[in-house]
Amino acid sequence: MSIRHGLLALLERGPRYGYQLRAEFEDSTGATWPLNIGQVYTTLNRLERDGLVHPLPENDGGQRPYEITDTGRTELALWFATPIARADRPRDELAIKLALALTTPGVDVAAVVQTQRTATMRALQEYTRLKRADADLPWRLVLDAMIFQSEAELRWLDHCETALVRFRPAPPAPLPVRDETPSTTRETQG
Amino acid sequence: MTAILELREVHRTHGKGEAAVHALRGVTIDVQAGELVAVMGPSGSGKSTLLNLAGGLDSPDSGEVLVEGRPLSSLSRKELAGLRRHSVGYVFQALNLVPSLTAAENVALPLELDGVSARKARPLAEAALAEVELSGYADRFPDEMSGGQQQRVAIARALVGQRRLVLADEPTGALDSQTGEAVLRLLRARVDAGAAAVLVTHEARHAGWADRVIFLRDGVIVDTSGPLARPEQLLEATA
Repeated sequence: MSIRHGLLALLERGPRYGYQLRAEFEDSTGATWPLNIGQVYTTLNRLERDGLVHPLPENDGGQRPYEITDTGRTELALWFATPIARADRPRDELAIKLALALTTPGVDVAAVVQTQRTATMRALQEYTRLKRADADLPWRLVLDAMIFQSEAELRWLDHCETALVRFRPAPPAPLPVRDETPSTTRETQG
Repeated sequence: MTAILELREVHRTHGKGEAAVHALRGVTIDVQAGELVAVMGPSGSGKSTLLNLAGGLDSPDSGEVLVEGRPLSSLSRKELAGLRRHSVGYVFQALNLVPSLTAAENVALPLELDGVSARKARPLAEAALAEVELSGYADRFPDEMSGGQQQRVAIARALVGQRRLVLADEPTGALDSQTGEAVLRLLRARVDAGAAAVLVTHEARHAGWADRVIFLRDGVIVDTSGPLARPEQLLEATA
């Protein structure tokens, strides 16, 4: 997801100026993605450069609205039609952290799992609390997405924990000794 | 804040000798009025034992369980049965509805067992059914209702009268996610109205409705997830 496509989607509803775009963007993502006004104007400039929006004359209040162009509409339609690829998402730091915890001496992996579980559960509780307080459907769906993601993470942590219980690290294998003497090799193997 | 349920250093072992299972080992919990506490943990972690002890269906080997400030160990069997009927509501995964009784009769059952006349119990049962949005279903038998409706009858039975403590063991059972959520909303509403509730669940999404989540492992509380000190940090984190 880019701010770029978010702004194009808002401009598809009709011309808007920077502050309106920021307010509507935050409304439609339930304020989970705060934008600063500088980001909005930088993005509008790039959209204008790429021919996806064009500026209208300033209104009486000195605000300059932008409207979406046909190229912008095509770009927006393409965005809606294209699934988000897993590879486009940031790498999962948690998975990497656990993999490293497992192979780093002296790390209590079960504690790493539980610390994460509590933190994720706390987030899930908070998303649920927000959902209880608000009946607005778009916002509820955004929260549901975060709730399901947290739930998936908790399930994965349970899975990791179960695997850990069964995991018995192999006794440290002796480093291979390069010894060319045939008799020694036979003794070692025997 | 008033603790409706207190467990103090509770130990409970099932079985003896080599077959002994230490279901709970020194568990201490307070559940206040207006608080929903979820208990999570793998199978065999002691969740159900905890719920049974909280409801006076089982007693600890050592430690104390108090409901509304009264130590359960100090109550006679008769007093304990009375407490279970009028202060504690249970929702179990197995709904335990009596098939030969209508929805209203099922809901009125704990009141009648408590000595309330059938004539007085009926309007209370109907009010509890209305609370779970089952007005008009009072005279249906369990087998004339869907799984979700039966589940709501069981919830109404747990909430009928003014129960101060609600104990729920996987109350959403195998319900679809929307119906399951409706059940949790009901539980939450009752808690927000002043009851205390303990919800045992393996569904993180359901535990999300709780004010506190307690993680049990091998009969010991390993962690507790309370409210966030600064919830807005979540929004910053996803930005």
